[in-house]
Amino acid sequence: MSVGHASTPFTQTEGFKGLRLISPTLFYCVLLMAVPLATVVIYSFMTDGDQGVTGPFTFDNYIKVWTGKVYQTIMARSLMVSMLVTLATVLLAYPIAYYVSFHVPAHRKALWLFLITIPFWTSYVVRVFLWKVILGYNGVINSGLMSLGIIDEPLQAINYNIGALVMTLAHAYAPFAILPIFVVLEKIDRSLLEAGQDLGESKIVTFLRVTLPLSVPGIIAAVLIVFIPTIGDYVTPDLIGGGKLPMIANMIEVQMLKQNNRALGSAIAVSAMLIVALVSIAFVMWNRRYLKGGAR
Amino acid sequence: MKSPGLRIYAIAYLIFLYAPIILLPIFAFNDNKIIAFPLSGFTTEWFSEMWNDTALWRAFTNSMIISTSVATLSTLLGLFAARATTRFQFPAKAPIMGLVMLPLVLPEMILAMSLIVVLLAIGVDLSIKTIILGHVLICTPFAVAILTSAFQSLDRSLEEAAYDLGEGTVSTFMRIILPLVLPGIISSFLITFTISLDEFIIAYFLGGSDVVLSAYIFGQFRFPAKVPAMLALGTCLVLISITLLAIAEYFRRRGIAKVGGKDAGGFL
Repeated sequence: MSVGHASTPFTQTEGFKGLRLISPTLFYCVLLMAVPLATVVIYSFMTDGDQGVTGPFTFDNYIKVWTGKVYQTIMARSLMVSMLVTLATVLLAYPIAYYVSFHVPAHRKALWLFLITIPFWTSYVVRVFLWKVILGYNGVINSGLMSLGIIDEPLQAINYNIGALVMTLAHAYAPFAILPIFVVLEKIDRSLLEAGQDLGESKIVTFLRVTLPLSVPGIIAAVLIVFIPTIGDYVTPDLIGGGKLPMIANMIEVQMLKQNNRALGSAIAVSAMLIVALVSIAFVMWNRRYLKGGAR
Repeated sequence: MKSPGLRIYAIAYLIFLYAPIILLPIFAFNDNKIIAFPLSGFTTEWFSEMWNDTALWRAFTNSMIISTSVATLSTLLGLFAARATTRFQFPAKAPIMGLVMLPLVLPEMILAMSLIVVLLAIGVDLSIKTIILGHVLICTPFAVAILTSAFQSLDRSLEEAAYDLGEGTVSTFMRIILPLVLPGIISSFLITFTISLDEFIIAYFLGGSDVVLSAYIFGQFRFPAKVPAMLALGTCLVLISITLLAIAEYFRRRGIAKVGGKDAGGFL
């Protein structure tokens, strides 16, 4: 681990100074994140009984989680909701990021980004509840349309279903998708686009062959930063789904706190993280040719 | 290059983003317990109901204690990490920074549950203090991100000039570096304060019997009669958040202007 010259004592090297400076933050993260996460992984291979969580090493929790009908249904639903949310959020976000990067004058860009991020910073619980109010059976959309005389019966297609869940989450994660795509679009050399058009390609072809491939790293970042946290969302299934559409987070809560089976709850948590990690890695591998600089 | 289609889409998207926030004050001032159209008339009843709610004030006090402590601690931890990563090369830099930034992408539910498991196992009672522990974890990456960009735009030669003129490490930091990154520190403090104030999952599960604002609101939503007062509270919270963010944005931009850098955009 010797960094720098052999003659300088280790405590004077740059490497030591850097490590010393970052050690409080690192220590905090290890103690309050790495250790608890490791504990959950260990618990998931143990048994929760009257004496608390005890050994010996067992796969029982995982067998239960991976073969149980209830668990499979909820895992599949969580995965589907997260994928739909990611798809909706990124598809809706891309044109906005493109618009702000290519069509908004430079001095107004910061204002647009500020406008886009503000809703994200307002109370999450209140926002989710408001979507329930907007989409509900006697909600804002239905009552509004009825008082305008456009519909006679409340629309049922919009309340308390997967669609409502997806819409609420797509709203909650919008800035997370816009910002990484925007950052990548800003870096694209504008002369490449001019070159494409000078060579006789239409705007659409230029977009598909130059802009879109170059912006893939931003899209990948957006997908990951929306997909990974969404699968652990707790509030939206509870408020919007009315408890009828539980997701992984709700199931973890039930096992950990209500059933007091921390071993099984840990196995669900670890399984969820594994699924998320595998899907994320697969997605990155699938797009890796775009990540190594250059579009081809 | 004008494209009206894209512009219309952008405005429609902004309406989608702001729809819930616009409805908030409309129904907070609406004279009806049921949240639906048509509107029934103007009232400030929900705001006075909110104002006289003693349980709410207790939650508010808890939230203020938590957010202030979290903003201070996570900005401090962020300072260490941001300074280390911008100024020094050290072994295992990438994995260490990866670990520090990890809470940004980890589902909060997983963090909350793993913390609870450990805290219960070692016999710590859940309270305001455990919420602070959890919040510092999720706020530190934001502080690191903001402060890293503040430190990055520092000109290293200023620091070296100070050393050459005989200043020590500490006085250089206090007299040269700190004033230049101060806008970043203020911005980091305000952003982490806002995140902690709004955060729900960790506050809900790690609080034990101590209730914070977001958890209080969540609980009250189960009673339809309480909803209008909660919307009034939501309106106030939105105003507080927007004010804090506008101040943070002001300092962030001033920080960039101070060191002559180029504005790279938002907070994230």
